[in-house]
Amino acid sequence: MQTHTFKPDLPPPSTSVGALAWLRSNLFSNGFNTLLTLLAAYLVWLIVPPVLNWALLDANWSGSTRADCSGEGACWVFVRERFGQFMYGFFPEGLRWRVNLTVLLAVAGAAPLFIQRMPRKAVYAAGFLLLYPLLAFWLLHGGFFALEEVPTSRWGGLMLTLVIAAVGIAGALPLGILLALGRRSDLPAIRVLCVTFIEFWRGVPLITVLFMSSVMLPLFLPEGLSFDKLVRALIGVILFQSAYIAEVVRGGLQAIPKGQYEAAAAMGLGYWRMMGLVILPQALKLVIPGIVNTFIALFKDTSLVIIIGLFDLLNSIKQATADPAWIGMATEGYVFAALLFWMFCFGMSRYSMRLERRLDTGHKR
Amino acid sequence: MSVTSSRNHSALLTDPQVRAWVFQVVAVLAVVALGWYLFHNTQSNLAQRGILSGFGFLEQSAGFGIPQHLIDYTESDSYSRVFLIGLLNTLLVSVIGIVLATLLGFVIGVARLSPNWLVNKLATVYIEIFRNIPPLLQIFFWYFAVLLPLPGPKQSLSIGDTFFLSNRGLNMPAPAMAEGFWPFLITLGLALLAVLLMARWAHRRFEASGQAFPALLTGLGMLVLLPAFAVLIFGSPFHWTVPELKGFNFRGGLVLIPELIALTLALTVYTAAFIAENVRSGIQAVSHGQTEAARSLGLKPGVTLRKVIIPQALRVIIPPLTSQYLNLVKNSSLAAGIGYPDMVSLFAGTVLNQTGQAIEVIAITMSVYLSISISISLLMNWYNKRIALVER
Repeated sequence: MQTHTFKPDLPPPSTSVGALAWLRSNLFSNGFNTLLTLLAAYLVWLIVPPVLNWALLDANWSGSTRADCSGEGACWVFVRERFGQFMYGFFPEGLRWRVNLTVLLAVAGAAPLFIQRMPRKAVYAAGFLLLYPLLAFWLLHGGFFALEEVPTSRWGGLMLTLVIAAVGIAGALPLGILLALGRRSDLPAIRVLCVTFIEFWRGVPLITVLFMSSVMLPLFLPEGLSFDKLVRALIGVILFQSAYIAEVVRGGLQAIPKGQYEAAAAMGLGYWRMMGLVILPQALKLVIPGIVNTFIALFKDTSLVIIIGLFDLLNSIKQATADPAWIGMATEGYVFAALLFWMFCFGMSRYSMRLERRLDTGHKR
Repeated sequence: MSVTSSRNHSALLTDPQVRAWVFQVVAVLAVVALGWYLFHNTQSNLAQRGILSGFGFLEQSAGFGIPQHLIDYTESDSYSRVFLIGLLNTLLVSVIGIVLATLLGFVIGVARLSPNWLVNKLATVYIEIFRNIPPLLQIFFWYFAVLLPLPGPKQSLSIGDTFFLSNRGLNMPAPAMAEGFWPFLITLGLALLAVLLMARWAHRRFEASGQAFPALLTGLGMLVLLPAFAVLIFGSPFHWTVPELKGFNFRGGLVLIPELIALTLALTVYTAAFIAENVRSGIQAVSHGQTEAARSLGLKPGVTLRKVIIPQALRVIIPPLTSQYLNLVKNSSLAAGIGYPDMVSLFAGTVLNQTGQAIEVIAITMSVYLSISISISLLMNWYNKRIALVER
């Protein structure tokens, strides 16, 4: 009896597997695509090699003065020499360990919050959020408990940028949540007040708000009472940002099905307990990515304090490039600043995307 | 007796309606008290500093020069004229920025969805780089690192001896009215009218008989041919004055100051990255079934795109696009950072410093931005409503 033997399968044609097939389907699938690929490749060739040459291959890395930068490329010596100023502004050099310690404590203190299964996370978070600001103020500003005072006029660089962003979000979040609740309230007077507040701050640019807080706030306050310039800027930033947070939170509140409100009311919960125990925990979870995005916007907006003369990262760099000893270093300075801002913003946006995926428990309808 | 009164008492406290009233009255009173407190402080502070409040200062002569004014201006003109110039400059930057950012954003948004791997990745890299860098930093980069280090007018970079790029800005030919201008304008108006009438007629015919009329081609043809005909008969509508180097600067022609170029470039590049993401998500929101249905009805790919995909994608794109436009207008106030004479740097900056009328100046500036914001939202809401899905 003769048995039938199958012949082995033929390998797929060489045009449908391997690098060649990938090239064909992704870059040269038809005439138009080929043209696009060639154009794009030309664009890349125009941009990438010169930038690489300038930033890495021809760049000057060592030395300490302008004269050490002889090559064609970037002069990173400038950034290295002024690094301290870019990070700490005019914070006294001997005391900069205090800034480093503050950042270190923030990182170390916040790290447990990112552990998914930590017991008593809420208690820890509340404690951290209460204690850390006091500690940070003591370390940065000082003036009591054996630490020398460093007035805010000497703060600057990346440190000031981070301070404004952190205080801005910490102040704007609670205010924004209250405003969002007010906007969804059943009481017409409160709703009108909140809507007016939110729409006013959302309709004007941050620059005018900063102008206002720097020239008008002193007029609004009783005589003799005057605030530090940084505090005035912070008040402006918090008021401005709270309106944006309010709109984000409102989105979350609207996404909670009506049944949740009705169920909470049926359990006999009053307004505040209904919001605090049932609605807000769900709504805030929904809008965490939105809040992170608002924070990214706030982080970018901190650069505007240059307008009222605070020395944040951008202003430190602008000042340094105006130094006659380092003439013509504008490109290096701004590229460095852009890189720093980009790293922070890009990192946060990736984090918010990850959160969005992790928190997506299918409650959305 | 005492029992009933205490019951009444507690009922009054827990009655939701009474509590609602109490809350609202307290809130309104608190706001009014705060307002009165601030007003009172301001009054006494102003009196102490000897500042007269009121808008009388607007009629005083300004006495400073402005590098870019779209309407006539001399140093002796009043502050109200300065206000107008600042407003026009803000609008100029905003309009140019909105148009360019929309074009660039749509191109990049579509490129982001391209099946071509290289084009797709380039668009992604563009978006991720530019939306994560603060707009003010981008403005500074273009202004301080790119435009100001350019050579002076004498060594300027020229394109065909008509466009000159130097650290004083971009000099280019300017049109001036010539004999053929009025006939040109009149025929252009007539052509526009004819196109509008034609479009209405074509639409009606399509609704009635289902026959499509090549309205786009005909319209474009009319718009080009009619004015061209007028130009042939009456001569050119403009004569162009070309900038010439005289002494240390250019004479004649039009100049775009470097501040304007830097601001427009930065705002366009920054906002386009956001618009591109909106466009991408809008197009992705149209389900693939729509394309397949249109194709199975026998519509050609071009028609599918125009009549099926784009109308539905626009519905998703318009609301976020509106907020991007608003952001661009508000970001144009970053002009203050490089001294472009816009509303904020001219009015809230220079005029405030000269007159010291902080409250009036800031109030005017803020209300201008508020009204621009509200008008853009109204306009876009109207457009959004027009293209919204009509359901039963």
